[in-house]
Amino acid sequence: MSAAGANRIAGAGRLTPANTVRFTFDGKSYTGLQGDTLASALIANDVHLVGRSFKYHRPRGILSAGPEEPSALVGVRRDASRHTPNIRATVQEIHDGLDAVSQNRWPSLTFDIGALNDIGSPMFSAGFYYKTFMWPKAAWKHIYEPVIRNAAGLGVAPKEADPDNYAARYVHCDVLVIGGGVAGLTAALSAAESGARVILCDENAHPGGALRFEGEARLDGMAGHDWAVQAAGRLAAMDNVRLLTRTTAFGYYAQNFVGLVERVTDHLAAPEPDMPRERVWQVRAGKVIIAAGAIERHMVFANNDRPGIMLASAARTYLNHYGVAVGRKVGVYTANDSAYGAAFDLKRAGADIPAIVDLRDEPDAGLVEEAGVLGIRVLTGHAVTGAGGKLRVASMSVEPKKGGRTEVIPVDALIMSAGWTPSVHMFSQSRGKVAWDEETGRFLPGTYAQECASIGACNGTDGLEATVNEALAVGEAAAKAAHPKAKKPSVAISVGSAGKWAGGMVGAGPGAEAGKVVKAFVDFQNDVTAKDIRLAVQEGMHSIEHVKRFTTNGMATDQGKLSNLHGLAIAAEALDKPIPKVGLTTFRPPYTPTTFGAIVNHARGKIFDPMRRTPMHAAEAAAGAVFEDVGQWKRAWYYPRAGEDMHAAVNRECRTVREVAGMFDASTLGKIEVVGPDAAKFLNILYTNPFLKLGVGRLRYGIMCREDGFIYDDGVVGRLAEDRFHVTTTTGGAPRVLHHMEDYLQTEFPDLKVWLTSTSEQWAVIAVQGPKAREIVEPFVEGIDLSNEAFPHMSVAEGTVCGVPARVFRMSFTGEAGYEINVPADYGRMVWDAIYERGAPMGMCLYGTETMHVLRAEKGYIIVGQDTDGTVTPHDAGLSWAIGKKKTDFVGVRGLKRPDLVAEGRRQLVGLKVKDGKSVLEEGAQIVDNPKQAIPMKMIGWVSSSYWSENCGAPIAMALVENGHNRMGETLYVPMPDGVIEVEVCGTVFFDEEGGRLHG
Amino acid sequence: MLLIHCPYCGEERPELEFRHAGEAHIARPENIAEISDEDFAHYFFYRDNPKGVTFERWRHMHGCGRFFNAVRDSVSDKFLTTYKAGEPKPDIADAANENQINTSKGQGAK
Repeated sequence: MSAAGANRIAGAGRLTPANTVRFTFDGKSYTGLQGDTLASALIANDVHLVGRSFKYHRPRGILSAGPEEPSALVGVRRDASRHTPNIRATVQEIHDGLDAVSQNRWPSLTFDIGALNDIGSPMFSAGFYYKTFMWPKAAWKHIYEPVIRNAAGLGVAPKEADPDNYAARYVHCDVLVIGGGVAGLTAALSAAESGARVILCDENAHPGGALRFEGEARLDGMAGHDWAVQAAGRLAAMDNVRLLTRTTAFGYYAQNFVGLVERVTDHLAAPEPDMPRERVWQVRAGKVIIAAGAIERHMVFANNDRPGIMLASAARTYLNHYGVAVGRKVGVYTANDSAYGAAFDLKRAGADIPAIVDLRDEPDAGLVEEAGVLGIRVLTGHAVTGAGGKLRVASMSVEPKKGGRTEVIPVDALIMSAGWTPSVHMFSQSRGKVAWDEETGRFLPGTYAQECASIGACNGTDGLEATVNEALAVGEAAAKAAHPKAKKPSVAISVGSAGKWAGGMVGAGPGAEAGKVVKAFVDFQNDVTAKDIRLAVQEGMHSIEHVKRFTTNGMATDQGKLSNLHGLAIAAEALDKPIPKVGLTTFRPPYTPTTFGAIVNHARGKIFDPMRRTPMHAAEAAAGAVFEDVGQWKRAWYYPRAGEDMHAAVNRECRTVREVAGMFDASTLGKIEVVGPDAAKFLNILYTNPFLKLGVGRLRYGIMCREDGFIYDDGVVGRLAEDRFHVTTTTGGAPRVLHHMEDYLQTEFPDLKVWLTSTSEQWAVIAVQGPKAREIVEPFVEGIDLSNEAFPHMSVAEGTVCGVPARVFRMSFTGEAGYEINVPADYGRMVWDAIYERGAPMGMCLYGTETMHVLRAEKGYIIVGQDTDGTVTPHDAGLSWAIGKKKTDFVGVRGLKRPDLVAEGRRQLVGLKVKDGKSVLEEGAQIVDNPKQAIPMKMIGWVSSSYWSENCGAPIAMALVENGHNRMGETLYVPMPDGVIEVEVCGTVFFDEEGGRLHG
Repeated sequence: MLLIHCPYCGEERPELEFRHAGEAHIARPENIAEISDEDFAHYFFYRDNPKGVTFERWRHMHGCGRFFNAVRDSVSDKFLTTYKAGEPKPDIADAANENQINTSKGQGAK
């Protein structure tokens, strides 16, 4: 007995017996060999029971030896934050210290309470969720769903954040080869020898594909696998080839864009901390060669899910590659030739093969004869109608197909093959259309949609010689397509013998036909039986898409790699239609489960989204600012002093600005420089306001509409010269306003001589507002006469501030006299500090966006996007004055004349006074005219802005109300959960209605 | 991710650099202020949205910044051709031939 497991066969396999590895499964320590998967190491230690199934909690074993595995799903844990659930034991390589646990069982794997579901399973047939948990309605959310979610499901995700790094790379190549079996290796050699830049990816640790188990294949006079090792070595040594192992092509997107994920550290005992766990390769390939192989199907019979029952090719892989016998007494059930090879190899390795049960009446005579020579009994025209045993298969019940005596044959493993399904996943993801091949009973690549080619088993090419010839030709053609002068490859591969791939059966076998109440599994991962699929058809699901969703067949993370075709065949039989008429469901990415870590990659935490800070950010943070997110910007929200909450801080800031002065960072405003001889003409089209006669040195508040007449953006526009304007936009609107302007300039008015440049980041903007604003800034300003006469409200001039070039705007978003000082961004901090040092001792405060909001609301200044919602016209907003009366054209001129826009009773912006003098309305709250009406009440508007105004000593609000402009003085009501609030409709200006302070 | 040929840059660049900008060949009426409600509705609201060959605008937002037109098959997502703003609508059959795309289905363009 080997140290690395009782089932390890001396002399078999390709692993080195001396290279032992210690790992644990469910807390118990085992020894495996370097190169083992968790599955091969467990089988070597005679562990077949590895998990419980999703719905019925049935004991489950290892079905396959590859990525198609639906049953052997385990959790793999490195530490508390590195616990990965639902890992396929058949692809996880073991390393020293690997800690794996079984899933979906309690209290233990061998004794699981949830297995009661299996006994109660008549209740849990397909669609039972939809039928059973209908009533009472509220119970779904509070009782049924939590209980079901707790009972079903597989592994548990870790609660901690993922501490690992993931990497991403973009690469281009002439030829991408997906799959490193004999076809892929040959095509890659052929293309690479022609000089093409080639990437070959294979999901396993080493290329070789089916050569890992096909013992008799011979190439270039070598054993198949030895040839694969040699071929991979040749490829790896070529400069124009990138050979990626442990790398799955998970998604095939438009224009030959293929996503690969490389598992970098999951197989290592102690990965370097700076290594990425996985690396995503985003490949743009001239040509994609799909050499994805084929996937063996299981047989559908009663209790075909007992641990120890597995695919014949899997048993052969465990033996020929890992040196592990899956049992000592191995039954064989097949409808296809390829299982014979597995039986013969196992027999030669010393296992007892009590019988090969072949569903076919006349299998290949040579194989039957060879079985006879080896002393194996072949039962042709027979079926396995059931498996005995619970935690491990103990017997198989064998019957003649036509009926007759049942023979129960004791076994400790049962291998099966219903035939091979060409792996058309990547082809289908490329939007190619598969076609049903009647003769061989399989779906094959049909109509191609992209520059790709399928070769080998996934293309239905049978036999080693045909595969090699096809791969050579396709590899060369792909290289030629990329480089028309590519040289002829000097690859020649001589081919020996190999097994056959075509043939087999689809659907349920004898004993699991219609009417039989047995659990013959079609989909192991989602616990779907042949009976469930028939039930779906019986209940009226006639499209395969409906059958799939009703039964969940093929909807698990294995995407039905084993189950799709069986499910389709059973549905087709029940519908009495040919298989191609029932159709195949669509394959979608990812091919196998792909981690969120790989997909999210670098885009997490602080770099999930760019963070934008103004030039004065650090000064504001030092002054104690609390920041709020406005799009990607961090904006100072308010500046609490010791002992102040937000309310107190905002009240103080609001008072100080009106009594003394305040300084505000307005750098986030969008800014666009509009330059050129036709600049005024252009702005005249883009804005509702007239711009032709705006004087140099003057500002104008502009409204921008879309063609439909609704407000799109607003901002102040300054004319610096005849042909130069400084346009400001809302903070969030900057990119779309520039886009909107460019659209009109480039496509509607291309003859206008105008140039647009975004200058949002170029200027730092410091607003100083309040009665003492001029006194504070005056000493810093040179070249501009700030007196009221020379520089009245709504003026702009260029000069210097603190010695640096500046554009000074005399304007106000607070209702106070004030300045917005634009200086080049790099000087923003210096100017900010200088003004603060002078202003603070004079009583000036810093204020944030909350105070800005309150102050502008006191003056009835709207915020686009808060007081407008894309259905508000300038008239609705009370801004009719901003529409140029004599203008014949501007964007929105026609939209504003639409019948609905000129109709009476539109929602219009009004002010609201709260009658109790203290309740601050909730923004978004609905407004009614009669609070006593029946529910649902007729809502006539909603509150768009609402604040406590310290300066008014009362709450203030703005709202969009039906026919609002004609309701002045009316009492309306805001029904809230804890009572109705009475409000009075008023104008939108709450403070300094005459506006005298602006000119102070 | 799609690759889109910018007719101004003369290069295929990844979709991330571009922004879709709606249906192509819809000119703003010169006398827009005078047109009827129905004509305005057709100009501003009505769109073809065909299954198959579609004429649409794109902007090379994070490249040269130019708006251009494209012919794309909305079923296969394949670009048949792209051309500069202001150039005439290309003949679809020619474009399709050039790119060897089967456009037998859904010739929705008017």
